[in-house]
Amino acid sequence: MSALRILVPVKRVIDYAVKPRVNKAQTGVETAGVKHSMNPFDELSVEESVRIREKKSAPGGVEDITVISAGPTKAQDILRTAMAMGADRAIHVEVKEGEDLEPLSVAKLLKVAAEQHKSNLVILGKQSIDDDANQTGQMLAGLLGWPQATQASKVEFGENDSVSVTREVDGGSETLRAKLPMVITTDLRLNEPRYASLPNIMKAKKKPMEKKTLADFGITAERRLKVVKVTEPPVRQGGGKVEDVDGLVSKLKELGAI
Amino acid sequence: MATAGFTESQLTVRDAVSQLCARFPNTYWQEHDQTEQDPADFHAALARDGWLGIALPEALGGSGLGISEATMMMQTIAESGAGMAGAQSIHANVYATQPLAKFGTPNQLQRTIPNIISGKWRVCFGVTEPNTGLDTLRLSTIATKQADGSGYRVTGQKIWITCAQVAAKMILLARTTPLQEVRKPSEGLSLFCIDLDRSQPGLEMRRIKKMGGRAVDANEVFFDGYAIPADSLVGAEGQGFKIILHGMNAERCLLAGEALGLGYAALAKAAEYARNRNVFRRPIGQNQGIAHPLAEAYMRLEAAKLATYHAARLYDASKADESIRQDEIGVACNSAKYLAAEAAFAACERAVLTHGGMGYAVEYDVERYFRECLVPRIAPVSREMILNYVSEKVLRLPRSY
Repeated sequence: MSALRILVPVKRVIDYAVKPRVNKAQTGVETAGVKHSMNPFDELSVEESVRIREKKSAPGGVEDITVISAGPTKAQDILRTAMAMGADRAIHVEVKEGEDLEPLSVAKLLKVAAEQHKSNLVILGKQSIDDDANQTGQMLAGLLGWPQATQASKVEFGENDSVSVTREVDGGSETLRAKLPMVITTDLRLNEPRYASLPNIMKAKKKPMEKKTLADFGITAERRLKVVKVTEPPVRQGGGKVEDVDGLVSKLKELGAI
Repeated sequence: MATAGFTESQLTVRDAVSQLCARFPNTYWQEHDQTEQDPADFHAALARDGWLGIALPEALGGSGLGISEATMMMQTIAESGAGMAGAQSIHANVYATQPLAKFGTPNQLQRTIPNIISGKWRVCFGVTEPNTGLDTLRLSTIATKQADGSGYRVTGQKIWITCAQVAAKMILLARTTPLQEVRKPSEGLSLFCIDLDRSQPGLEMRRIKKMGGRAVDANEVFFDGYAIPADSLVGAEGQGFKIILHGMNAERCLLAGEALGLGYAALAKAAEYARNRNVFRRPIGQNQGIAHPLAEAYMRLEAAKLATYHAARLYDASKADESIRQDEIGVACNSAKYLAAEAAFAACERAVLTHGGMGYAVEYDVERYFRECLVPRIAPVSREMILNYVSEKVLRLPRSY
C-alpha cells in the first residue's frame, strides 16, 4: 500500500461556544472582537490523521500530514494548533478579512494544493460552522476526479490501497469502500479531538509554515454568489398550556392542525 | 480581562489551559471542597499534558518558558473556577522546583525533575515554622550531619505545608549550623530535596482544618531525627537562604496571578448574576449601587494585572539582563502580590454582596471564592510585611521591627 500523504484543510471560524449575532449591515455574522477557533469538524480531521499515524492503521504508514488554511493572518493560530495536535507542516494562504472564499474557490485551491503536495488522501470537515455550506469536500472530489466518502464516523484501511468508510446516513450507517486517492469528510462521532500538550505546543512553533497567496495557486477570489440579506431568526413565541388531553385535542382542532 | 499586551505564548498558554480546565467545572471544585478530597485527577490531567514543566528546562523534559507564562497558567487555572484549591494543588511543583533546577547537581535533577513533571511525584515546600512565622532566618528545624557521613537527621516542626499528605518530595529549608555559631543569620541554613517516606521513623504530619481551599491539604509536619541521605542537599551547605530567595520572587508572581484569576472569576459570576437577576421587574445590574462597585472592582483587577505581569516580565528579563537589580524585582513582585490580593478581595466580597442571599449559598460559587481570597492576602507574606519592605527599600524609611 502507498504511504499516506494526507492533506487536511482547516478553517478559522467563530468559536462554537459564542452566540453569533448578525452584523449591522445584515450581510453576515459579526466577527469583529469575537473569539475564533478551529472549525470543530476540522479538529476531527486533524485528530483522525494523527490517529491513523499513531495507531499505524494504514498498512503503508503515514508519510506526511499537511494542514492548509486560507484566511487572514490570524488563521496561522489554528494552523499552529493543528501542528500542536500532530500535523507535520502548514500552509497559510493569505486572504484578507472580509474577502471570504466561496466553497468552489476553496475546492479549486485545494485541488492545486493536493496536486502540488502529491497528497493521496484529503480529510476535511463535512462543513464549517460559519456558513454551513457542506460543499467543499464534494466539489474537491469532483474536481480531482477522486472517490469521496462524506460524513465519516469510522475510517479503516485494507490491502491494495482500499479504504472502508462508515458514514452516517438518515436511516443508520452505510459503509463505502474505495481506493486511494480519495476525499473523506468528517462527522462528529468519528473521534474525540485531543487537547494539545504543552511540549507539543512548543514543538509546533518550530514546525514549518509556508506562506502563500491565492495567486500561487492560480486562483482569484471571484464571487459567484451574492448574499442578499442575513437576519436573526424570528423570536420564538411562547407556547400555550392545556389542562388535559381533551383540551389538547380541542386546541389542535381550533388551530386547524387536525 | 483585557488581553491586549500579552505575548503570543502567554495567550497560547491561556487558551490551552482554559480548554483543559473546562473539563473540571465549578461543581467538581464545590464537591472537592466539601469532601476535602484532593483533586488528584486535576493534577494528573495537567501533568499528562506537560503543564507542570512549564518553567523547567527543556533538557529535563520541561518547556523552558518563563514566570510570565507560568503566572498566566496559574491565573487561568484559578479563573476557571478551580480557585486557590486548583492552583495550590500544583503551585509548589511549578515554583519550589525552580531553586532545585538552578542549583541541583545533574544527578539530582535527572533523578527528580522528570518524575515531578510527569506527575509521578508531587512536591511540597517546607519553610514556614510555627514559632518563627515570617522571621525565616530564625528557623529552628535542624539538620544534623551524621558523623559516619551517611547523611543528616532532621528535627523540628513545619507548618502550613500545602499538599504534604499527597507529596512524595519536600523542598526543605533547615538549619545546618546553629544560629549562635554563624556570622550572619542568613548563613547556616541549607536547602534539601527530601523523600517524605511515612514508613520511616521520625516523620509525622497532621492536617489543619481551614477556612478555604479545603480540597487541598495543609499540614503541620513533625520531624524527629528523620534520616535523609547526604545527596539530598541542594547547592552548598549553609547557602540555603540565598538559594531559596531565588524562588520567592517567582512565587509572589504566581500567587498574584492566582489572586487575579480568583478575582476575575468572582467578577464574572457577579456581572452575570446582576444582568440576569430581576427584582422590581428589571435587572439588578441596572442599579448603580450594584454596577459601580463591580466596575470599580474590574479597574482594580486590571491595574493589579499590569503590576503582576510587569513583575513577571522583569523577573524573566533579569536572567539575561544584569542591569535589572534584584531589589527592583523584589519590589515589583511584592507590590504585585499585594495589589492583586487586595483587588481579588474587593472583587470577591463585592461578588458575594451582589448575589445577596444567594451569595451565601455554595451553589453560586462566590462564597467559595470569597473564603479562598484570604489566602493571597495572608500568604506567602503578609500585607504588612510588604508595606514594611517597600517603606524600607523604596522610601528609605527606618525599619520598624
